[in-house]
Amino acid sequence: MRNQKPETRNQKILLSGNEAIAKGAIDAGCRFYAGYPITPQNEIIAYMAQHMPEAGGVFIQSESELAAINMVFGALASGARAMTSSSSPGISLMQEGISYIAAAELPAVIINIMRAGPGLGNIWPAQSDYFQAVKSGGHGDYHCLVFAPASVQEAYDLTVLSFELADKYRIPVIILGDGMLGQMMEPVTAEAAEKPQRPQKKIWAATGCKGRKPNVVKSFYLNMGELEQFNLKLQEKYQDIRHREQRYETFNTDDAEIILVAYGMMARLAKKAVESLREKGHKVGLLRPISLWPYPADILKEIISRQPSVRFLVVEMSYGQMLEDVQLTVNGRVKVDFLGRSGGGVPSEEEIINRVRRIAG
Amino acid sequence: MASIKINREKCKGCMLCISVCPKKQIKRDEALNKRGINPVIFLDSGCNGCTLCAVVCPDMAIEVYK
Amino acid sequence: MKKIFSRTESLCEADTHYCSGCGHGLVHRLVAEAIDELGIREATIGITPVGCAVVAYNYWNFDCVESPHGRCLAIATAIKRLQPQQIVFTYQGDGDLAAIGTAETVHAANRGENLTVIFINNAVYGMTGGQMAPTTLIGQKTATSPEGRNAKNDGLPLKISEMLAGLAGVYSIERVSTDSPKEIFKTKQAIKSAFKNQMENKGFSLVEILSACPTYLGLSPLESMDWIRNTMSKEFPLGKIK
Repeated sequence: MRNQKPETRNQKILLSGNEAIAKGAIDAGCRFYAGYPITPQNEIIAYMAQHMPEAGGVFIQSESELAAINMVFGALASGARAMTSSSSPGISLMQEGISYIAAAELPAVIINIMRAGPGLGNIWPAQSDYFQAVKSGGHGDYHCLVFAPASVQEAYDLTVLSFELADKYRIPVIILGDGMLGQMMEPVTAEAAEKPQRPQKKIWAATGCKGRKPNVVKSFYLNMGELEQFNLKLQEKYQDIRHREQRYETFNTDDAEIILVAYGMMARLAKKAVESLREKGHKVGLLRPISLWPYPADILKEIISRQPSVRFLVVEMSYGQMLEDVQLTVNGRVKVDFLGRSGGGVPSEEEIINRVRRIAG
Repeated sequence: MASIKINREKCKGCMLCISVCPKKQIKRDEALNKRGINPVIFLDSGCNGCTLCAVVCPDMAIEVYK
Repeated sequence: MKKIFSRTESLCEADTHYCSGCGHGLVHRLVAEAIDELGIREATIGITPVGCAVVAYNYWNFDCVESPHGRCLAIATAIKRLQPQQIVFTYQGDGDLAAIGTAETVHAANRGENLTVIFINNAVYGMTGGQMAPTTLIGQKTATSPEGRNAKNDGLPLKISEMLAGLAGVYSIERVSTDSPKEIFKTKQAIKSAFKNQMENKGFSLVEILSACPTYLGLSPLESMDWIRNTMSKEFPLGKIK
């Protein structure tokens, strides 16, 4: 482990995506981490092992990802800011726990540094856990906020934001990175380290009923109609979040005839392709979703109404998962094409450029 | 002298208290309770306040006075 | 005359949903009495399992957290680590602790978490309709061992307490029973000392309580008591294990 120089005001420090996420969590006031080793996110658990105790928090390497997510459940039930991280197979083990966390309305932050699958797959980057994160891989009608950083700085910033929004809405937040983002290093300005985070006290937490009626953190509603009422309340929360928390970035979309839609590291490659194509006179742009749930449907609809002849090219490190959300939003009004590779394959800039040329005809 | 108070609506008729009472002061009540089962009833003729009935009662249906 | 036996503060007035003669109701009271005698109600956090006792928080008058099946000790670990001055205990059935939750149990014990574990061993799965549990006896008929549990197909009754006793991190393990007032007094003392161990930072303390499930033993409450005394405790001997 490199030992870090002491941080000074607004100084840029060189961090890997994994380390930036771990540091962002601690800077955001996360004081509980439980995790289990799995490549390509091992730097997160290693960082937490070293720095969480220094920050006065609790670090536990658990016996499995199953135990890790449930330890996070316990930490959240205590009112602490808490996080776990893993990679695809480990996140699959956590799905039951995430459903319980959503149902108990606990503010979890869960990091998935995706690797190629299915099964043991390998440790190459991929985006093939999109459905699991966005459509919710556990049982029941619930959602997690899902963010996709496309740089190490953004990974840091979105981790800090995740803790704020998790508390604000009492909802689990998932950060979808991938092996590339986790391992690559970029300079980071750690603003949250300068602003001491004082997460507000959770009056609903299980801390001992001194001076109040007992609190119960649970998700079991057996009486007739009780669970349905609770679900309606959850759906209201999700509708509210859909309105307020759509995040995206656009690049050269105003006059674009073909707009690439890509997130995370894939968006970086797509942006390079857009720049090259623009130099050759092609009217091409990029829409980069930053929140994958809620999906940025509003901007998509806006673009379509402004440029009815626009076409979309969805580019993913999967065989078409975010593609379906674009198709759902576009609803057939304009053409949607797809370019995707998975299993560790990464669509190259050249492949994107060739596909755009073919579409442009 | 001592005595017990049986909450006959809370009683689920498990009869464990009858089996442990050293003075045979509890017996099955022929009248049903709201659950539609036969609870137990206190005979009040020689209870020594030993609390064994209350100790074995799974439903906190017995209070003991001495 | 003075009232010398009544409900203590940590036990709620509400009727329980448990079957007639079920051990859960009894042990809920013993836990509540122990907590009140130790004066720790306002500092206690209970973790309830998936099983018949899932809604134990309806009958206790202190903070509780409801756990997914088998995960009580992972949840309790985090709560205790974050709130070391509070008293954290899990209340688990044989399926929760010794089947699906075995890994969480073994590793919380091995880490020597300063926790109190109330382990109800009634040799069946009650909530789901009387299936075989890890502690079902050989020959015992259940919904999933209709011809009686047989070792070749279903393995032998799991001695989780003896297994855990071998772990250095474990401070105390005791097996007690609810088959008679005498045993119930011992159960009460065992529960109380398991809480006291935690208050004195002694480490992982588990109390295994042989308890009746008349409905799925197919016996009356009284016959269930005899069955525990004469049959079950032969397989699961009572006493201090560590």
